[in-house]
Amino acid sequence: MTVSATATGRTPSAVAPAARGGGVLPWLALPALLAFVAFAVIPLIGVLLLSFTSWDTLGTIQLTGLESWQSVLTDPGLPHALWVTFLITALSWAVQTPASILIGVFLAGHQRYRELLAVLYFVPLLLSSAAIAITYKALLDPNFGLGAGLHFDLLTQDWLGEPGLALGVVIFVVSWQFIPFHSLLYQGGVRQIPRSLYEAAELDGAGRVRMFFNITLPQLKYTVITSSTLMIVGSLTFFDLIFVLTEGGPADATRALALDMYKRGFQANLMGAACVIGVILVLVGLALALLLRRLGGRDPNASQLEGA
Amino acid sequence: MTATHTPAAAKRPTAAHSRGRRPATPSQRPNWLGGLIGWLWLAVVIVPIYWIVITSFKTQSNYYLTNPLLPPADPTLDNYRLVIEMDFPLYFLNSLLVAVGTVIPSVLFSFMAAYAIVRSGSASRFLRGVNSLFLMGLAIPLQATVIPIYLMIIKLHLYDSLTALVLPSIAFAIPLSVLVLSNFIRDVPKELFESMRMDGATEWMTLWRLAFPLTRPAVVTVSIYNALNVWNGFLLPLILTQSPDKRTLPLGLAAFQGGPYGVNVPAVLASVVLTILPILVLYTVGRRQLLSGLTAGFGK
Repeated sequence: MTVSATATGRTPSAVAPAARGGGVLPWLALPALLAFVAFAVIPLIGVLLLSFTSWDTLGTIQLTGLESWQSVLTDPGLPHALWVTFLITALSWAVQTPASILIGVFLAGHQRYRELLAVLYFVPLLLSSAAIAITYKALLDPNFGLGAGLHFDLLTQDWLGEPGLALGVVIFVVSWQFIPFHSLLYQGGVRQIPRSLYEAAELDGAGRVRMFFNITLPQLKYTVITSSTLMIVGSLTFFDLIFVLTEGGPADATRALALDMYKRGFQANLMGAACVIGVILVLVGLALALLLRRLGGRDPNASQLEGA
Repeated sequence: MTATHTPAAAKRPTAAHSRGRRPATPSQRPNWLGGLIGWLWLAVVIVPIYWIVITSFKTQSNYYLTNPLLPPADPTLDNYRLVIEMDFPLYFLNSLLVAVGTVIPSVLFSFMAAYAIVRSGSASRFLRGVNSLFLMGLAIPLQATVIPIYLMIIKLHLYDSLTALVLPSIAFAIPLSVLVLSNFIRDVPKELFESMRMDGATEWMTLWRLAFPLTRPAVVTVSIYNALNVWNGFLLPLILTQSPDKRTLPLGLAAFQGGPYGVNVPAVLASVVLTILPILVLYTVGRRQLLSGLTAGFGK
């Protein structure tokens, strides 16, 4: 069996288990599958089903058909929450991506101090969003925060009290938290670029800037897509940070979708309506991920099979 | 373990050697713009953290009066004493129980699944389906499913218990863990599996005696990563627990900040420091593995 498998040019181990009728391998995947189905897939179906019901967390669940959908879709709160989510996602992507690429390229050098910087950069990722929100709330306090303490007027503003400023603060704090992670992805990406490309460009007399745009950036294409996917799908669900930092305020200026869902469900006790928002979140997330994968032209599944 | 370092270390001498001199490739010529951005970013990252730490040693009156960026002239541990006398040790224990209760099963289950997926190659339709399901799970914002989870937990009579936090956390941890672990298991030379099989080892034995030890760095990576996520998790504790004695650290922090001591900023910041400390220790121990594992796990 092994010989014939090798003769066809395929790795024996990839073929052997199937030749033995699947063996025990499928059973090994069962615990993970069951756990995932029970607390991720079933809730995923559940959120769709519950969106056709009404439930106030105390009474019984009643089937109400499209009532919740109708109420949410005609509620001006929804386009607002979508717009806030879009702004946070788009602006934080636009801030984080160029910064992460530049920092990643910088970190990809091999000097010791760059290694040390990479260590320090990682620290914000260790903090919980709740801790970060609490810290920035105190730092930006107009009366007792950093600006007031340093008598630095530019910093002394009612950062969380003005709608426009509060949204900016959310984007800044999100970037503060996640640029470190994405710059590490880019650092890894840059280090995988073959050196010969740069050496060839060097011989052709290309400068650093041209090398960056003609070699580094195109070679980072897949890293950009991986990082953007994580960034965008992640920012759809920002909850903890906004919840602790602004609670969606002032005047709903930072009431993004995930927070909107929480407020409708757990504060206004409209679980049906909250589930409608949940379904919208899932649809937007999936659509974005598929779009980004299409842009990338690379199916992670396919690449894994190639590697097997 | 040193996935990001080994190729670099191996590459450098060969490049220099083959050209007979050190080529001035971009990483060796000074990069002023990059350097400027790099150091600037360090300041942006470090100043708030530095401020948290120094402020946590200030008295409340000192906090209002002194320069916020100068260390306290007379550092005090009173804030820490206050925080520890509050329920923080209990929150700490809750977080620890939830983290351990989540990480061990999720990593074991994920490892078994990743092993099965890699070893079957593309041969098993079932395992291909499982793999696709997990990959899709990566793109689905699982937060969107919290309301059905809330309902399920109530129906299971687990509301307001630590078990309620563990069960969904395990599920949430699986897709990424499987992805990272299968990327690592794939790197184990096929010949090793083959020779284990020749020796008559079962898949179960091969899994634990060959694949598990060889991919231990990846196991450590996903364990730290999952522990970090659970440790910092906020939404599940917020909706699935109620009593103060079931609070985990982030929830305790938020409550502390909103509670009667909320105006005492130095004490609140001391509690922030206390929540970071354990994870900082874990990070210091497992840093290399975590970073290399993450970069390898997300592919290029």
